[in-house]
Amino acid sequence: MRKKNTLLQLFLNMLYISAFTFGGGFVIITLMKRKFCDELGWLGEKEMLDITALAQSSPGAIAVNAAILVGWKLAGAAGMAVAVTGTIIPPIAILSAISYIYEAFASNVYVGYVLKGMQAGVVAVLFDVVYTMGAGVVKAKSWLNYGLMAAAFLATAVWKINVVYIILAAVAVGILSRGYAKWREGKP
Amino acid sequence: MGIYLELFWSFIQVGMFSIGGGYAALPLIQSQVVERHGWLTAGEFNDLITIAEMTPGPMAVNSATFVGIRIAGIPGALVATFGCILPSLILVSILAKLYFKYQNLDAIQNILGRLRPVIIALIAAAALSILKTVVASEGGLSVNGINLSGILLAAGAFFVLRRTKKSPILIMVACGGVNLLLNLLI
Repeated sequence: MRKKNTLLQLFLNMLYISAFTFGGGFVIITLMKRKFCDELGWLGEKEMLDITALAQSSPGAIAVNAAILVGWKLAGAAGMAVAVTGTIIPPIAILSAISYIYEAFASNVYVGYVLKGMQAGVVAVLFDVVYTMGAGVVKAKSWLNYGLMAAAFLATAVWKINVVYIILAAVAVGILSRGYAKWREGKP
Repeated sequence: MGIYLELFWSFIQVGMFSIGGGYAALPLIQSQVVERHGWLTAGEFNDLITIAEMTPGPMAVNSATFVGIRIAGIPGALVATFGCILPSLILVSILAKLYFKYQNLDAIQNILGRLRPVIIALIAAAALSILKTVVASEGGLSVNGINLSGILLAAGAFFVLRRTKKSPILIMVACGGVNLLLNLLI
C-alpha cells in the first residue's frame, strides 16, 4: 500500500514539475531537488548532486535521465517507469497541441511577455539552489574543492567547454587526489 | 510501417549520441531531421527551436514529438519520443543500479565529493546565461538596452524564495504574470 502511494506521488510530482520546466536540464533538476529533498525528504542533498552529475554525463535528455535515477532510487524499476512517464507526458501533450497552431503561438506578444517573466523566475530558482548547496561546499573548507568550483565555472561560462569533459576532468582529479592521499599515508 | 521504423531509428540515434542535453542535441537532430530525411525544412527547424524554447520539456523530446506528429500523426510522435528515450532507459538504469549499490564505497565517495562542487558551479553558470538573455531582452523598463524590470523581477523572486520557501513553480508563474502586467501597463 505504501509503495503504491509512493509511485502515485512520484508520478504526480514528475508530471507537475515537468510541465513547468522551462530552460533546460538544470532547471528540472533544481525543481526536483526542492521537491524531493527539501519538501518530501526522499533524497539527500548530496545524492541529488550525484544524480545531477550522472544525468548530465549520460547520453539523452537530462530530465529523462534524472527521472530514471530518482525513480530507481525510490521504487526500483516500477519507480523508473512511473517517473519517466510523468516526465514525458507534458512535453508530448503540449507540443502536440502547439504543433497545429505554432505560428500563432510563437509570434504572440503576450505569450512572449509571460515567458520572459518566467525566465527571470528560473534565474532566481537556480541561484537559490546554488546558494543553498554552495554554502555546504564553503563550510567544508577544502581548497581543492574551492579550486574545482572556480575552474568549472570558468570552463563552462567563459571558455564554453563541453560539460561532459568538465565532469570527466573532475572525476580524474578525484582519483588523483585519493591516490596522492594514499601515497602520503604509506610514506613513513 | 516503414515510416514509424525510420522515425524510431532516427530518434534512437539522437537519444544515444547527445550527451550534455539541450543544445548538444540540436546539431544531431538537425542532421537527422533536415539533412538526412528531409522531414522538416531549415525554416521549420528554426520554428521548432523557437517552440522548444518556449515550451516545457527537453529539447530532444520536444523535437521528437514535433517531427513525429508532422510526419505520422500522434502514433508517430509516440514512436519518435520512445526512440529518443530508449537509450537512456537502458544505459541510465544500469548506471542507477551501480550507483545506488556502490555509492557508499570510500573510493566512489571521494570522486563524487570532487564532483559536487563542480556541479554547483555548472548550475551557477546556467543561471548566469539565462540571466544574460533576460537582461538583453526587450520590453518593460529598459535603459541602454538593459532590461531593468527583468533584473528586478529576478532579484525579487530570489528574495521571496530565500525568505519564504514558497514553491519555485509558483514563483516562476508569478514572475510570468507580473511581467505580462508590467508590459501591458507601460
